[in-house]
Amino acid sequence: MADLTSTFVGIKSPNPFWLASAPPTDKAYNVERAFEAGWGGAVWKTVGEDPPIVNVNGPRYSALLSQDRRVIGFNNIELISDRPLKVNLDEMKRVKRDWPDRAVVASLMVPCTEKDWREILKKVEDTGCDGVELNFGCPHGMSERGMGAAVGQVPEYIEMVAAWCKQHTKLPVIVKLTPNITDVRFPARAAKKGGADAVSLINTINSIMGVDLERMTMHPSTDGRGSHGGYCGYAVKPIALNMVGEIARDKETRGIPISGIGGITTWRDAAEFIALGAGNVQVCTAAMVYGFKIIKDLTDGLSNFMDEQGYRSVAEFQGKAVDTIADWQALNLNHVEKAVINQDLCIQCGRCHVVCEDTSHQAITATVNGKRHFEVKDEECVGCNLCVSVCPVTDCITLRALKPGEVDTRTGVKISGKYANWTTHPNNPMRKEPESA
Amino acid sequence: MSDTSDGIRAGRLAPEEYARNFSDSHAPLQRVQALIEADRCYYCYDAPCINACPTGIDIPTFIQRIAQDNIRGAARAILEENILGGMCARVCPTEVLCEQACVRNTNEDKPVEIGLLQRFATDGYFAKPGAPLFSRAAKTGRRFAAVGAGPAGLSFAHRLAMLGHDVVVFDANPKAGGLNEYGLATYKTVEGFAQKEIDWLLSIGGIEVRCNQALGRDVVLSDLVRDYDGVFLGMGLAGVNALGVTEPQAAGLRDAVRFIAELRQASDFSKVPIGRKVVVIGGGMTAVDAAVQSKKLGAEDVTIVYRRGEEAMSASGYEQDWAKRSGVTIKHWAAPKEVVAEGGQVRGMRFATTRVDNGKLVETGETFVVPADMVFKAIGQSYEPAPAGASIKLNGGRIVTDAEGRTSHAKVWAGGDCTYGGRDLTVEAVEHGKRAAISADKALRQAARETRNG
Ligand SMILES: Cc1cc2nc3c(=O)[nH]c(=O)nc-3n(C[C@H](O)[C@H](O)[C@H](O)COP(=O)(O)OP(=O)(O)OC[C@H]3O[C@@H](n4cnc5c(N)ncnc54)[C@H](O)[C@@H]3O)c2cc1C
Ligand SMILES: Cc1cc2nc3c(=O)[nH]c(=O)nc-3n(C[C@H](O)[C@H](O)[C@H](O)COP(=O)(O)O)c2cc1C
Ligand code: SF4
Ligand code: SF4
Ligand code: SF4
Repeated sequence: MADLTSTFVGIKSPNPFWLASAPPTDKAYNVERAFEAGWGGAVWKTVGEDPPIVNVNGPRYSALLSQDRRVIGFNNIELISDRPLKVNLDEMKRVKRDWPDRAVVASLMVPCTEKDWREILKKVEDTGCDGVELNFGCPHGMSERGMGAAVGQVPEYIEMVAAWCKQHTKLPVIVKLTPNITDVRFPARAAKKGGADAVSLINTINSIMGVDLERMTMHPSTDGRGSHGGYCGYAVKPIALNMVGEIARDKETRGIPISGIGGITTWRDAAEFIALGAGNVQVCTAAMVYGFKIIKDLTDGLSNFMDEQGYRSVAEFQGKAVDTIADWQALNLNHVEKAVINQDLCIQCGRCHVVCEDTSHQAITATVNGKRHFEVKDEECVGCNLCVSVCPVTDCITLRALKPGEVDTRTGVKISGKYANWTTHPNNPMRKEPESA
Repeated sequence: MSDTSDGIRAGRLAPEEYARNFSDSHAPLQRVQALIEADRCYYCYDAPCINACPTGIDIPTFIQRIAQDNIRGAARAILEENILGGMCARVCPTEVLCEQACVRNTNEDKPVEIGLLQRFATDGYFAKPGAPLFSRAAKTGRRFAAVGAGPAGLSFAHRLAMLGHDVVVFDANPKAGGLNEYGLATYKTVEGFAQKEIDWLLSIGGIEVRCNQALGRDVVLSDLVRDYDGVFLGMGLAGVNALGVTEPQAAGLRDAVRFIAELRQASDFSKVPIGRKVVVIGGGMTAVDAAVQSKKLGAEDVTIVYRRGEEAMSASGYEQDWAKRSGVTIKHWAAPKEVVAEGGQVRGMRFATTRVDNGKLVETGETFVVPADMVFKAIGQSYEPAPAGASIKLNGGRIVTDAEGRTSHAKVWAGGDCTYGGRDLTVEAVEHGKRAAISADKALRQAARETRNG
């Protein structure tokens, strides 16, 4: 049996699944239920200074749904905790005392002055919690007041606040990053420079879910007005994975512990974050959509996967795929793939044909000898993967890599088996001459 | 309460049982169900279901529009190809039409429920029609005649009205609709849907329906040909095939189609008399409908007897199952031999068992009697050629047409059940009417062009 226990910046937990700072960790009642269900840790709902903030009394959440109402993406305009600081800290203390094997991390957000951070850190240390996470990500409401994403969008502030925190607490400091920036490496580098022990990402993405077309108001709205929210859930996973991967492979931040967050719904999603460098993962929306019980499926799936692959611990595959992320210019232009349709699986829906015909390379037949038949024309196919993406049948269309010696009938070029990328390509006006052997 | 005494009597059931038995046999989809089902459609390219629909409705398009909450658009996609798309959604044997071709069958044996979705879209539209979906082209001043206000004749008339022509439809019956009104099973078309649909169809204008006007009695074809720019024959099948055995004058021996027509016209099902034991002879949709509706009227034992095996029945597998689920017994391999009557009342039916010998159906020599108070003949209807007269060429007893619906007479088109080579379905009748209208319009324009140029 794979060992799922996790140590992240010195914080131990029975599995690498923490609940992200959000409604699932709003108070002792929720967190205890989560721990009973088996969650490895919880980043408490972000706390701030008193008096506590207030929330709107209308819709805070809304969702992007599939036709059968599965939640694909999720949006919120909730602020940080709306309960007094002391209530939160007392509960945190009690929960940590009652659940010593679980990770309890305090998420913090106060104005950008050293005094404010010093004071709250002192209070937090008294709870006996395992670490702090600096919320530099909340993209709505708090950012208008100079906190949350307003800090996370300015690398200098990140570095400054991280440094204060490192100075004023012994606890591990995790900096939670906002995705609402152009290049996530800059805030990550700043966190590192400030001495942060780790980064966690992503927080939510600025979003407007829609417009009520009858009332002509943005949706959801509170009494006729709405405010952009933060987008999360399954739909944001690719964005989060990219950001995690960027930090994992950046020369300056390489090796910094990463807590992966964003759209994690299944064990597979979690494993992907870990493979791209995350040391552990945090989950919010999936728990909000299905309840805490999903932790059983997350741990069971991850454990079975690890057993099958022979990984004894999460650390054994952490970051294993990072080096496969490359710049485009490093991709092998001599490698050629072609789509192949498995005729036994094909149900003849014709979608591969029409998308390739209308929008790609006219490489799939609709009829052969007068009969409805879908087949790839190798001499046209560029291996773009569009047909694979739209085919409704799993594994019905696959891409096959041509082997050295085979001829690409589209270009007439024989596959050399040699690696060559854009930097040396004849069409590249800036090409470097390949080094002669 | 249910009255199981012998003989033919009305009121065998309690009022609420009639109400239940004659309600919608297949519940319509609720909005949530429709959205989920719509999501199952793959939006196929050159979709096989479209090719399997006799009227060629763009099925993926209308389903996509349901998914996008555009019910009016969905209804338009349906009705522009099939003006009786609402009725067809209820009565089409989709299991042998569009749904049989759905690519979802391959992996799941469960096609997209096209029929139910079509009903969802059309019902939704009819509940809130808004501005008319179809309008008429500029008036041409041309006039066509249609004989028969069944699905074929109505479809013909509507298409020509759209194209700017005027149409007069003659029908022998007191009400328009043909078998939509007098034939289809009650539980497939509840709440007066047939007439509501016809009222909507006629609302386009330019169509005049003249009821109680029979060709051959009140009007003659030669006059129509003279007075109108073209004539369409959509007279259906007015004749009923005989059993081929002596048919005594006995109470309880009836034509299934007449019985069904009466039932459709009944204002109160408890007034419709039915036997305790009923035998239906035949193997098609009419046999199934007569048998199931007998059962629903409170008959205790209902048996369909068909002279060949299950696979030869023209009722689809789904319909045979429906009959069985409704409590009807189906007996195969038995041919009618003798109507057993006593004192002017049917007492049963004697059958000869049959088998296939060298490709021919033969009697084995054995016979048996199924006791019955009522025996329904449902062995097929036939085209009555007399009213149209000898100028219209027939094949196999029905009118011959080309693919456009043209008959042997240059000014006469035909379609629906009265023509040769079809499957005798509502949806086909609609398609025939539509094609004939397009053809007739084209012929008119061509003639006009020739006179101009000539
Ligand atoms: C009991 C029964 C159940 C059926 N169930 C189904 C079903 O579930 N699904 C399905 O797809 N199909 C079903 N059908 C078949 C379907 O009803 C027919 O295929 C369809 O109605 C044919 O349309 P039509 O316009 O050709 O003829 P009809 O609907 O028969 O209409 C013909 C019209 O012509 C009129 N007419 C006849 N002679 C004259 C004359 N001399 N002068 C003036 N008018 C005349 C008649 O009064 C009638 O109104 C069923 C048929 C029957 C009998
Ligand atoms: C309703 C809601 C409230 C949230 N509140 C906070 C918060 O107070 N502090 C914080 O750091 N992140 C907050 N988040 C962001 C989540 O912790 C998490 O980073 C984000 O939702 C992405 O993960 P997911 O896709 O698993 O939901 C909130 C998210 C939601 C949905
Ligand atoms: S891989 Fe791209 S080019 Fe090749 S058949 Fe598929 S869609 Fe067409
Ligand atoms: S998309 Fe897939 S199932 Fe559909 S025709 Fe193409 S290969 Fe066949
Ligand atoms: S064949 Fe089935 S899945 Fe394809 S378009 Fe038709 S209904 Fe949709």
